[in-house]
Amino acid sequence: MPGDLLRVVTAGSVDDGKSTLVGRLLHDAKAVLADQMTAVEAASERRGYVGADLALLVDGLRAEREQGITIDVAYRYFATANRTFILADTPGHVQYTRNTVTGASTADVAVILVDARSGVVEQTKRHLAVASLLRVSEIVLAVNKMDLVDYAEEVFDRIVADFSVAASNLKDDHFTPIPIAALAGDNVVDRSMNMSWYAGAPLLEFLETVEPAARPDLPARLPVQVVIRPRTAEHPDYRGYAGRVEAGILRRGDKVQVLPSGRHSIVEGIDTPDGELEAAAAGRSVTVRLADDVDIARGDLIVVEGDPQPVLKRELDATVCWLTDKPLRAGDRYLLRHTTRAVRAIIDSIESRLDIATVTPMAGDELGLNDIGTVRIRLADTIVADAYEVNRSTGAFLLVDETSGATVAAGLVR
Amino acid sequence: MTAVLPPRSAEALQRAWLTDLEDEAIHILREVLGQFERPVLLFSGGKDSIVMLHLAQKAFWPSRLPFPVMHIDTGHNFAEVIEYRDRVVAESGIKLIVASVQEAIDAGRVTETPGQTRNPLQTIPLLDAITSNAFDAVLGGARRDEEKARAKERVFSVRDDFGQWDPRNQRPELWDLYNGQHRRGEHVRVFPLSNWTELDIWAYIEREAIEVPSIYFAHEREVFDRDGMLLAVTEWTQPRDGETARVESVRYRTVGDATCTGSIRSIATDVAAIVTETAASTISERGATRADDRASEAAMEDRKRQGYF
Repeated sequence: MPGDLLRVVTAGSVDDGKSTLVGRLLHDAKAVLADQMTAVEAASERRGYVGADLALLVDGLRAEREQGITIDVAYRYFATANRTFILADTPGHVQYTRNTVTGASTADVAVILVDARSGVVEQTKRHLAVASLLRVSEIVLAVNKMDLVDYAEEVFDRIVADFSVAASNLKDDHFTPIPIAALAGDNVVDRSMNMSWYAGAPLLEFLETVEPAARPDLPARLPVQVVIRPRTAEHPDYRGYAGRVEAGILRRGDKVQVLPSGRHSIVEGIDTPDGELEAAAAGRSVTVRLADDVDIARGDLIVVEGDPQPVLKRELDATVCWLTDKPLRAGDRYLLRHTTRAVRAIIDSIESRLDIATVTPMAGDELGLNDIGTVRIRLADTIVADAYEVNRSTGAFLLVDETSGATVAAGLVR
Repeated sequence: MTAVLPPRSAEALQRAWLTDLEDEAIHILREVLGQFERPVLLFSGGKDSIVMLHLAQKAFWPSRLPFPVMHIDTGHNFAEVIEYRDRVVAESGIKLIVASVQEAIDAGRVTETPGQTRNPLQTIPLLDAITSNAFDAVLGGARRDEEKARAKERVFSVRDDFGQWDPRNQRPELWDLYNGQHRRGEHVRVFPLSNWTELDIWAYIEREAIEVPSIYFAHEREVFDRDGMLLAVTEWTQPRDGETARVESVRYRTVGDATCTGSIRSIATDVAAIVTETAASTISERGATRADDRASEAAMEDRKRQGYF
């Protein structure tokens, strides 16, 4: 469908050729402009490379270019006749895995790169675990550098089999494997002449045509961001609740409940500066008027009545990705940021830690940088949540260090 | 940058992805009002800041804009842009704060290098104004597609007391949960247009029928070539030996300090024509028009680290 916006995250370990793949995708999709190409050619020549190093298109920071690695998530934008893409290129080094988590949190598709010579490694499993956990709906296994293994089908098949094992351990065995050679461009935009045994689509064609699985159909949820009260001559008594519809479809006349207070009302109007709407689907930023004068503030959740309803929680069972050096231990205190609400939180216990090599949960009493584990959290105040697998927006939270302000964990309500 | 123009039918003008981008930007703007005490929106009269102001007005409609706007004025302006700025602000009753580079030079806060652009000098007046007004959130129109260092920028980007950006130590930014937590003295730069491209900006200006200053449209102007850019003849930029001024039909793709912002040859006299030209362009916005980014491979990163926009 033209006009669609598809968010893609690329992940892989060091030297799998991610930046090269992204550069190749942009170049072959004709999204690289003449002056950018000239700059890359000049920079490649200064470094003594033969030919233009397309990775230099994406590695934006001085340290990245000096070390020839990607450190931070780089966002790229391009469009074809069929789709508009936002591409998050994330780093390979283990210490930057948190950036893969960042990229994956908003992605519809994850492209996980593997070097055909080294096959599935620990980092591959970590990226798969992250993509699977964050419910990225489509996972692509891109087996890169096929040119360096003589485009051999057996090599590709063996890697796909290894990846399958890890995927089924995560109970997420739906993925699309594509053999590519990013440096030469095989199966990136154009079909490769070197791998006639591969009948599937090249990567770009897959990205242009894939329809990410629909999210579960829920009654609409609207976390209130701001209360709109103009108090002007024109709008003396206007009172609207501004927020983004985070699930389902909100319709005028819908019966709603305001949580956590539990008061009931009816949607009287859905306002935008361009006029009133009959209905607003998930993703739309709107302002809602209710029929009754109920007390509503930022942090409240307006929910259309019906099943499943979100749950009021003072205690959470959650999966967290730990994003900072100082380990997470029971008794630690943080600020928990969920939808438009922030509440104080204490870690009651650490239940398990995911062993990446075997992709299975193990006992553990702390979580280190890049660890994924399950925890119990106690809250100073109520939040209104869904399980993350039911709804990303009302099921996701951050843990924030109140002193430094740092975001230390990505959390998923179980 | 976008390479292929979608078919221009009535449906295409609806452009579903523009609605997605608008919804995202409005969500971000509302988070700023929800999480901060004293936000300010940077407004130069350039197209990105015009789109920002338009989105901010939509985000809080029917309330008036709940924060002031601020212009960091290098003193080297295009008259058409200042006229536009003052008129828009007056018409909508918005509070405008002007932080002046000239005043900072006069006060000895910054030193001007003769013959050099004043663009890097904006950093000190910007930080001074943030401190003296106690702003805790500064909304800017920077886009990730503009430049490689900007491609690594967060939507909520924390700056320390010195206004510095530390690209290696950025907070992870997950889902649409923006973390505005900051310490005293720190402030947060917020970029609601992060995911927009130059083409998106023009397509949105077209869809929303937003007025922009006349220098964005093709007009006759006296220009000369310098370093592969078409600079206008102004009070501050005169042709040197070997450079000859002539009149050409040009327009501006970016509007910044007049001494470092070049024009491009164009016959686009309306927004629809600019959309078409932008979609067909083979040169990036900053590559075509910004001398300040040509200094080195990391020119933008270096300025951003110091506290630049």
